[in-house]
Amino acid sequence: MSERGIQWFRFTAPANFYDLAGRLIPWFAALTIALFAAGLYLGLVVAPPDYQQGDSYRIIYIHVPTAWMGMFLYVLMAVYAAIGLIWRIKMAEIMAKAIAPTGALMTFFALWTGALWGRPTWGVYWVWDARLTSMLILLFLYLGYMALHAAIDDRQRASNASAVLAMVGVVNVPIIYFSVQWWNTLHQGASITVTDAPTMATIMFVTLMIMVLAAWMYSIAVVLARARVEVLERERNARWVQERLEDGRT
Amino acid sequence: MFRPLFALLRRDLVLALRRPQDALTVVGFFVVVVALFPLGIGPDPEFLRRLAPGVLWVAALLAVMLSLERLFSDDYRDGTLEQMLLVPQPLGLLVLTKVFAHWLITGLPLVLISPLLAVQLNLQADEIVMLMLALLLGTPILSLIGAIGAALTLGLRGGGVLIALLILPLYAPPLILGAGAVDAVMHGASAQAHLSLLGAMMVFALFATPWATAAAVRIMLD
Amino acid sequence: MADREFRAVDLAAERGDRRLFEHLDFTLSPGQLLQVSGRNGCGKTSLLRILSGLSRPAAGQVYWGDEPVQSIDGGTGSCLGYLGHPNALKEDLTAEENILIAGGLAGGRPSHEAVLSMLASLGLAGYEDLPVRFLSQGQKRRVALARLLLQAKPLLILDEPYAALDVQVIDVLRSAIEAHLSRKGMIVITTHQVVDIDGDCHNLRLG
Repeated sequence: MSERGIQWFRFTAPANFYDLAGRLIPWFAALTIALFAAGLYLGLVVAPPDYQQGDSYRIIYIHVPTAWMGMFLYVLMAVYAAIGLIWRIKMAEIMAKAIAPTGALMTFFALWTGALWGRPTWGVYWVWDARLTSMLILLFLYLGYMALHAAIDDRQRASNASAVLAMVGVVNVPIIYFSVQWWNTLHQGASITVTDAPTMATIMFVTLMIMVLAAWMYSIAVVLARARVEVLERERNARWVQERLEDGRT
Repeated sequence: MFRPLFALLRRDLVLALRRPQDALTVVGFFVVVVALFPLGIGPDPEFLRRLAPGVLWVAALLAVMLSLERLFSDDYRDGTLEQMLLVPQPLGLLVLTKVFAHWLITGLPLVLISPLLAVQLNLQADEIVMLMLALLLGTPILSLIGAIGAALTLGLRGGGVLIALLILPLYAPPLILGAGAVDAVMHGASAQAHLSLLGAMMVFALFATPWATAAAVRIMLD
Repeated sequence: MADREFRAVDLAAERGDRRLFEHLDFTLSPGQLLQVSGRNGCGKTSLLRILSGLSRPAAGQVYWGDEPVQSIDGGTGSCLGYLGHPNALKEDLTAEENILIAGGLAGGRPSHEAVLSMLASLGLAGYEDLPVRFLSQGQKRRVALARLLLQAKPLLILDEPYAALDVQVIDVLRSAIEAHLSRKGMIVITTHQVVDIDGDCHNLRLG
């Protein structure tokens, strides 16, 4: 194996991960706050109203980043879960477990903001629009993953079983997405969707990207923090945990 | 190579015949759920006909799901599942055999009883034929996907409810295609695309899901 | 019967966070019996499940000859028979059906006569055609043992085989075990009862 490979695997050791994550989390948290503040200011104050949808379009600044994050995190979770299952790398199992709640939260926000946006646009809170429906099913997949993880007492078995579920889910996500899309066109669904911001002005696009970055930073910070706690819990009998506890470093 | 699989298939069918109430309960559930719908939404025949594809499919899907819990749990409890892991055969094939037996016991009766319920909901002859075809292609998918959930919840408290949460979201595509096929015929369109996709999905499930189920069984018995 | 050694190298097992045992090594040659002993919860069943390939060890490897057990062609079941705590019998099938189907699954269906004489030798003559749910605990255990002995695998892994058996049947089982050893078979066994077995017996104490 190349030297780079060895370097990389160094961070899969729980102790190294724990220290590195501890140093990184404040930075990601600070970036999250800064980007959110900037994005919200640009989005709510600076960016002009949309000529068609008025001010209600502004919800895309939350809706789009959270929807992207929700979908991406599911794939990432499945990848980590697969790595953990196949190569038995503990850190990957921990990461998969740590990602799930954040992914579910993001998906939930995407659904919530989608519903809020639907009220002024379609006159109803919930429309069985293809994207919203797929997101709803994605949320169910997250909930199933977390429920299965929680239902199994043995930690290793919980990781392995939910990894199988995550992999099955990730294969199904595109199938579900396309079948829902197809179902929707057959049933003549709503013609505009949340992401249909027509001819997006530069400022809108920049703002959106800032919010997307903010969602990324938030996810990284929170997932790392959750993974760190999980590492401590799993390794509580290991020597490195005792050492750090004695040093007063947490 | 196929003799052990045949022995397993025969065993599961014999066991089902000695306890026919298990399979009949599933059919009974299907019938009762469908019979409850008109009570909830009114007896207007035209309205019932429009809802029929979805109602029949959702009822069939729930019936299959209810039966899934027993797919592995009996073998798990008495230790025969453990012995199956030691059989010199790929576990995926054994799983596939068990799922096939399960489908013969629960899925096929649902397909066979469906015309009766379809008539109650005022479906026409060509729609009924399409319903049976779609169920014939779709119920194996439900059993195959459901087996993963059944394996993942082996030995867990409240396994039955958990199966629902794990599996029902994955049932969206076959439900859309299956109910859609009948809907298409009802509206005078061709259901060719629906059936092709449903068939493709079944083939894919046939090859992919037994291995996932086998992995899940191994993990839960580890 | 067996022509290879059965070896465990640097084996470790975990349950939850707890290490049950580690650095466990042994070699079993044809004709030898290994009795695993230790108090409750020390990992006897875990060890037996690892040896039979049902569980993965936390560390180490189990070898059949020079091959790791996981990579044996046809799975571990082609070289060993395992009897765990559950009897692995279908309550709705008769004793004979249970044995025949298990044999069919394993790829070697015993003859009708072989089943009858095996059941008779374990004191179950006349019970062949009764659904297993009508048998007592001890009788069910005997059916399970009959199934295992008929499959004639070189290595037998037995988890508390004497449980629920009365003295006469223990005697029958003991002679079956001795016969298996004299045919150059191998046995790994856990038990609470002291049963003297004539043969090349070794002891492994866990915990």
